[in-house]
Amino acid sequence: MQKIGLFIPCYIDAFFPKVGIATLELLEKCAQNVEYPMAQTCCGQPLANVGCHSDAAEAEALFVRHFARYDAIVVPSGSCAHHVRERFDAIPQTEEVCHVRSHIYELIEFLHDILEVQAFPWAEFPHKVGIHNGCSTLRSLRTASMSELGEPFFSKPQALLSRVKGISFVTPHRPDECCGFGGTFSITEEAVSIRMGLDKVQDYYKAGAEYIVSADSSCLMHQQGCAEHAGVPIRFIHIAEILNGAQA
Amino acid sequence: MKRSTPVNHAKAAEKFMKDTAHARFHDKRLWDLRQKRDQQMHLLPEWQELRTLASQIKEHTLAHLPEYLEQFEANALKNGVHVHWATDAAEHNRIVGEILEKHGVRTLIKSKSMVTEECEMAPYLTQCDVQVIETDLGERIQQLDNQMPSHIVVPAVHKLASDVAKLFAQHYHTAPDDDDPHSLAWAQRLAARPVILSADAGMTGVNFAVAETGSFVVCTNEGNADLSATVPKLHIATLGIEKLIPRMADLGVFIRLLSRSALGSPITQYTTHFRAPQKGSEMHVVLVDNGRSHRLGMEEFWTSLKCIRCGACMNTCPVYRRSGGLSYGAVYSGPIGVIIDPTFNERKYSTLPFASTMNGSCTHVCPVKINIHEQIYQWRGVLANHHELPFVKREIMRMVGKILGRPKLYRAMVQGAETTLNVLPRFLLYRTMNPWGKNRTLPRPVQQTFHAWYKEHRVKKNRNT
Repeated sequence: MQKIGLFIPCYIDAFFPKVGIATLELLEKCAQNVEYPMAQTCCGQPLANVGCHSDAAEAEALFVRHFARYDAIVVPSGSCAHHVRERFDAIPQTEEVCHVRSHIYELIEFLHDILEVQAFPWAEFPHKVGIHNGCSTLRSLRTASMSELGEPFFSKPQALLSRVKGISFVTPHRPDECCGFGGTFSITEEAVSIRMGLDKVQDYYKAGAEYIVSADSSCLMHQQGCAEHAGVPIRFIHIAEILNGAQA
Repeated sequence: MKRSTPVNHAKAAEKFMKDTAHARFHDKRLWDLRQKRDQQMHLLPEWQELRTLASQIKEHTLAHLPEYLEQFEANALKNGVHVHWATDAAEHNRIVGEILEKHGVRTLIKSKSMVTEECEMAPYLTQCDVQVIETDLGERIQQLDNQMPSHIVVPAVHKLASDVAKLFAQHYHTAPDDDDPHSLAWAQRLAARPVILSADAGMTGVNFAVAETGSFVVCTNEGNADLSATVPKLHIATLGIEKLIPRMADLGVFIRLLSRSALGSPITQYTTHFRAPQKGSEMHVVLVDNGRSHRLGMEEFWTSLKCIRCGACMNTCPVYRRSGGLSYGAVYSGPIGVIIDPTFNERKYSTLPFASTMNGSCTHVCPVKINIHEQIYQWRGVLANHHELPFVKREIMRMVGKILGRPKLYRAMVQGAETTLNVLPRFLLYRTMNPWGKNRTLPRPVQQTFHAWYKEHRVKKNRNT
């Protein structure tokens, strides 16, 4: 049986452990053999995104050391999966590094494309939700169609969520608009970041969403911060939690 | 030489957004253009094919640029056009100044041209006692207000009609509270016509220069370029050397993409081909390098020269739409500006590649498929290597890198953060985590990290079984 290495990004580990727990339990419910390597740290994306990719060499080496032995690596975060797959080259590209890069999956991709999960009988979520696709998830991992290209509609997160009992979907005016998190952008460009975040949550709220659901916790963290501060009554949940059977 | 201060985009953007009416209108107006562009795209089943073709034609041309430039020059000369070569902005301005001086020109009317903005030509000519008058409505508004264009296609898009009314009242003595767009346009028409009819020379930019014919094409919606080029006896057209395309047959690809991408209209009102001077007139073409050859040699960034200046990347950019073009403090703003401005002055524009969330929408609307958001990422790396990082200290990043490579140290830091979140009162956290916490609440403190939970619920359990 194939062995899955679970990668839990730093901010999920520290701020959203229940997303990590939901991911693990969900994979176990799908009869996967999952391990969380205890000595993992971070993929180094925050360093690379501020231009200091070479400083991430040790983080990349450590990552490969702990994850190369798995048949697949699953992470509940699109931007981390994208970073490892597309930009993980601060270290020499050995066979092990290449294996890690070509076998890392964002959770939705893994459930939809690899496991092809057809049902989540344990899950029920009788709420109106708006799906937010993080920008790397949308435009790099391509888990959903993007409006820029005019291609036929598809959405892997929606396909999975539509197998959850009671759920319904709302569509905001600008479904593909970035929410303004952008890592350090959220700090260095605070005013623009907040404006984008507020516009985003208000767009979902006006469309009638009770929840914003996403495969990217960092976007959710930012949006939730903006919504709570401005008093926009909308709630936030990671897709892994709904698929794992979370109740509201 | 004095080192220039980096542009403070964040501060300028914050200022722009403080005026809610302007900021709202700006975002809405440009998003509207993006949606119109989408509608045009849906009408053309071959849209992606066109983008691929356009990208390939431009890449081919750039790869053979010297040959195509020489071919263009030879054919233009045959057509009776004067051809000039300018290595940089100063040479460009000197050439234009000399042509004007030779003809005793006192008034120059011009249509929109980003390369003249880039060369800061107007202030130079003003010093030479030449009056420069913009004929494009948006450009004229910006000129009267003494501001740079804030957008490469709609230069005054950050202004409301009421701003224009006030500005025109000052300069054209119209009613300051009459902000009806038709009366404003009429006021500009009344002011511009006599100037156009009496001007000594006209200047235009160039959208496409065709190597095989030595001719060039100018696309506008107001017809002002046609008047500028044909009413006076002297026409000077100025263009960056990347505007070349090999054949007339290639033009259709770009014409079909340009206005659809820019404004969501199938074609500009005027698509004018200039081949030779009119009888009794002179036509000059100035080919400008101004850093383009250098950019062509940059492995990660040379494809930015494919740009046809449609502005689609600006219209779709959520950061640009919120912050306004002037906040970039550069001739080229928005996503395309972010990747070409640092080639003009790395330190001054070092902040711009960070004025982006790297969301990638720009890349996918670009009609010539420039990988804009990837180049933004690459620029950050270049700036770090050149010690021009504006916001972070390289030493701190090195330290973070060391911590991420050492699990025990990392774990100690995370536990530390966890404890901090639980122990410190929230108001203190808001202050220390500024600016995250100024207008955003912090994530809730958690009792246990995932790491600790896993240790308790999986590792121990496995040990017991």
